[in-house]
Amino acid sequence: MLEVVGKLVLVAAAFALLPLLVGQAEHKVMAHMQGRLGPMYAGGFHGWAQLVADGVKFAQKEDVVPRDADRWVFKLAPGVAIVPYLLVLLVIPVGPGGQVALDLGPGIFFALAVMGVGVIGAIMAGWASANKYSLLGGMRVAAQLMSYELPMVFAASSVAMAAGTLSLQGVVEEWRWWWLPWQAIGAVVFFVAGLAELRRPPFDMPVADSEIIFGPYTEYGGLRFALFILAEYAGIVVLCALTTVLFLGGWKGPFLNTELGWLWTLIKVGVLAFCVIWLRVSYPRMREDQLQKLAWAWLVPLSLAQLALTGVLRVVT
Amino acid sequence: MSGQEIVFALLGVVAVGSAILVVTTRQLVHAALWLVVSFGALAGGYLVLTAEFVAWVQVLIYVGAIVVLLLFGIMLTRAPIGESADLDSGNRWAALAVAAATAAVLVTVMVIGFRDTKMALDAGGGSAEELGAAVFRTWALPFEVLSVLLLASLVGAIVLSRSDIRTRPDVRTRPETGARPDEEGGA
Repeated sequence: MLEVVGKLVLVAAAFALLPLLVGQAEHKVMAHMQGRLGPMYAGGFHGWAQLVADGVKFAQKEDVVPRDADRWVFKLAPGVAIVPYLLVLLVIPVGPGGQVALDLGPGIFFALAVMGVGVIGAIMAGWASANKYSLLGGMRVAAQLMSYELPMVFAASSVAMAAGTLSLQGVVEEWRWWWLPWQAIGAVVFFVAGLAELRRPPFDMPVADSEIIFGPYTEYGGLRFALFILAEYAGIVVLCALTTVLFLGGWKGPFLNTELGWLWTLIKVGVLAFCVIWLRVSYPRMREDQLQKLAWAWLVPLSLAQLALTGVLRVVT
Repeated sequence: MSGQEIVFALLGVVAVGSAILVVTTRQLVHAALWLVVSFGALAGGYLVLTAEFVAWVQVLIYVGAIVVLLLFGIMLTRAPIGESADLDSGNRWAALAVAAATAAVLVTVMVIGFRDTKMALDAGGGSAEELGAAVFRTWALPFEVLSVLLLASLVGAIVLSRSDIRTRPDVRTRPETGARPDEEGGA
């Protein structure tokens, strides 16, 4: 009982802390990649407290609901957007031997299913705001989810086939180094599709701030807006953790897997999160038709090819 | 009643209640959102019956894909906030009769088939391994028939959505008109 409570507290702490770390890293990494300094004053040392200050600012703002909005759906949407990511964190193993809050049998399906629910939050926000830019954004969110969910599930299924289990812990236990080249296509497809599902640049057409003014979040302010932003960064953490566990061997490192497993996991998640930020700075936003074309003409065939490759090698060996 | 049965009954009440709200609410998008609640309660019911895999697939496919597709369709056509009276169908009583009749048939089948037999739930009985073995060993033929059905509907959807293969005269004249500029953008 005490162990379960301890694990839940740790997951809650990770949920509160890791997205903020990614957010702060994004401030600083983006700034340095663009030849700026980024936040420097809040907290003294290199602006470490910038996001804390942001949080305080958000909490002070007035809670506004537009007159024509659908009040209940509008207020509920941020919660629907953020809670699923907290639930996914519960099943992600950070180390060997039960270092996971909830060891589910079909863990992969749980993670993918619950992540899909999170997107409904953005669609609800887009519709309930009674704003045409929000509605456009909500439609783009829905279209994007429908096209990118399929390759994501295929890529994850490929790993499940390779490992012969749907449990996230089981996948890491079965993982060997030569899975890196074997599952490389699947890894790329999974990561790219995940980025698209999170609506991160260059897949941020649904929230394109320069054309539809942040899409579904246009009418939001204060804490509810902060929750959406937090959901985005929690989504980055969850996506990087899932990619780590499924494709990069989770807690397996060069040495001391049992003692330092959690550290290897965290390092891999951190490197992937850096790549997410890097991609944001490097690539321009993709147009809506390019987004659809990438999903249907590239990612789906590639993930099917990966499935075939996995299946053939599994049967032959 | 054990705790399991109480939870199962509560989930059933939520599923039925939200399903009734789906068909009675006068706000189109709310109907889709109540459908999410109904599917979620159904998945919870599967979980209580130890069918873990089915439960998460239910969430992945129905909540994550079908409802999103529904919402997309609603928003693409019209998504008025507030009540829309003109969306009421005149068929509501016929629909009610059909729904009641279907429910009666299903309940009768269940009652005749099982009476008051109690089946013990063994943990892991609905796991992915068990389900896979059952589908691909015992029920392989029905599974393949279903696959062919789905394939047929897939082909049908493609035929319906492609404008360049609709009518015969159109096909005959195509070589003369040459390739259409919009051929790339389909799908």
